[in-house]
Amino acid sequence: MTEAPPQGRAGQRPLVSIRKLSKKFSNGTLALRDVDLDLFPGEFVSLLGPSGCGKSTLLRIISDLSQPSAGTIEWPGADRADAYGKAEHSLGFVFQEPTLMPWAQTLDNVTLPLRLRHMAASEANARAETMLALVGLKGFEKAYPRELSGGMKMRVSIARALVTEPKVLLMDEPFAALDEITRHKLNDDLLAVWERNRFTAVFVTHSVFESVYLSQRIVVMAARPGRVMSELQVDAPFPRDNLFRTSAEYAHLCRLGSEALKAAIEA
Amino acid sequence: MSEPNPASARGTDQDATPVFAVEERILGIPKSRWPGIIAPLVMGAIFLGLWEGIVRYRGIPAYILPGPMEILKTLGTDWPTLSIALWVTLRITFAALIAAVSVGVSLAILFTQSKWLERSLLPYAVILQVTPVVAIAPLIIIWVGDVNLSLLICAWLVAFFPILSNTILGLNSADHNLVALFQLYGANRWQTMRYLRLPAALPYFLGGLKISGGLALIGAVVAEFVAGTGGSASGLAYRILESGYQLKIPRMFAALLMISVSGIAIFLATSYLSHRLLHRWHESAIRRES
Repeated sequence: MTEAPPQGRAGQRPLVSIRKLSKKFSNGTLALRDVDLDLFPGEFVSLLGPSGCGKSTLLRIISDLSQPSAGTIEWPGADRADAYGKAEHSLGFVFQEPTLMPWAQTLDNVTLPLRLRHMAASEANARAETMLALVGLKGFEKAYPRELSGGMKMRVSIARALVTEPKVLLMDEPFAALDEITRHKLNDDLLAVWERNRFTAVFVTHSVFESVYLSQRIVVMAARPGRVMSELQVDAPFPRDNLFRTSAEYAHLCRLGSEALKAAIEA
Repeated sequence: MSEPNPASARGTDQDATPVFAVEERILGIPKSRWPGIIAPLVMGAIFLGLWEGIVRYRGIPAYILPGPMEILKTLGTDWPTLSIALWVTLRITFAALIAAVSVGVSLAILFTQSKWLERSLLPYAVILQVTPVVAIAPLIIIWVGDVNLSLLICAWLVAFFPILSNTILGLNSADHNLVALFQLYGANRWQTMRYLRLPAALPYFLGGLKISGGLALIGAVVAEFVAGTGGSASGLAYRILESGYQLKIPRMFAALLMISVSGIAIFLATSYLSHRLLHRWHESAIRRES
């Protein structure tokens, strides 16, 4: 990785700026070494790599759930502290599992981040309903998680992450456990929501095809120790649909991505 | 922004199959559960019939083994005395259970807030639990003086540990990703407790309550046996002792029957409560179609 910001981005101020970041776990494992990464407002970035390359650790550090051992992570494009000096929650996080509260109905699951911030119930509910409609779950407000399919639970999880209108949406292999058909549909719907709301999306995946379909930029990572290997630009225009998925350009990009991933695995 | 909501236009996993199996009900009870109700009833009727038959055929005197009919008759004639005794025992049982729930849950919450508190106090809770209540009941009765209060303490000692240990387990078993999510949104301790840890602990707590309900009754009866010879108590256990001395064996059986029925009623009540609270969401309460 170079010190300079990625190509074509010169002049634009990054939202998140990560420099020389390393993470060593207490058992001695070096999860990340000297990671440099900039995230720009409104872009869709995928972190692609084999398991053990520290993708998830990087997400946890960006979301402040974990602290780096060395290096810096800065938010030059946003004021991260609120009036009380506490970190501002302009982040949404989608885990690999839906991670819903099984005892709460869909609506209550989605309003959770708002209730934790003491928003009035009526406003929180109204916002959650809008967000549920956006992810295609209108009419399921009163359903409990176990009454929903795997794909629907993931939609609830995405709605919950987006209900605070975050600047950054972090997704940790959110669709890995879903079947191919559901995953394609969720990919499409995720892109539609992203095009509408234009948050910065960071998508962790180990699928080359998924990363090429979704993102503008693919950051390829290698394992042991976790580090950034290369970057791949995906310039295909949005909206992307099945036409893009079957195009020669898509196939070509997937080949490039596979080669980069192969190089990262063998590195 | 101008395009009309593309996400919803693409549909909503409607191929999802419902997990609820709607079952035909007779008298409000699902059809498949009736065999489980009828079989033990038939078994019980056969047993009681044999019992009554043998007692009559062999002419066994009532002070050795009374027949079921004789016991039922005694239950009727001695009802004024026995119902007061039942009330005394049940009052201690419920007071002990309420004390067990409040102390058990409060301690569990305290322990999850402070590891040091848990480390220093939990061993003593275990010691209280493993010491047989019969062994310390006389001491408690001597120290406390008031018989009713000492009975309550004995029953509470027996009942509170399952609630404490189950609730601790439940409070610590919240999904770690959900814990991370609460942390991410800056939830304070109280919010994490109220919205995450307490609901997650509910199934475990209810499991403990089911055990403690029965134990509270056992504790109350055992303590009464120990105290009963002192003379001032008048619960069911005391009536059993008294009937033994006076060779009123049918009355002894009647009191025994009342204790059993109370125990069953407590178990059914706690099971019902557990089902009411969990049936919408918890795996244990789901009936899946195979």
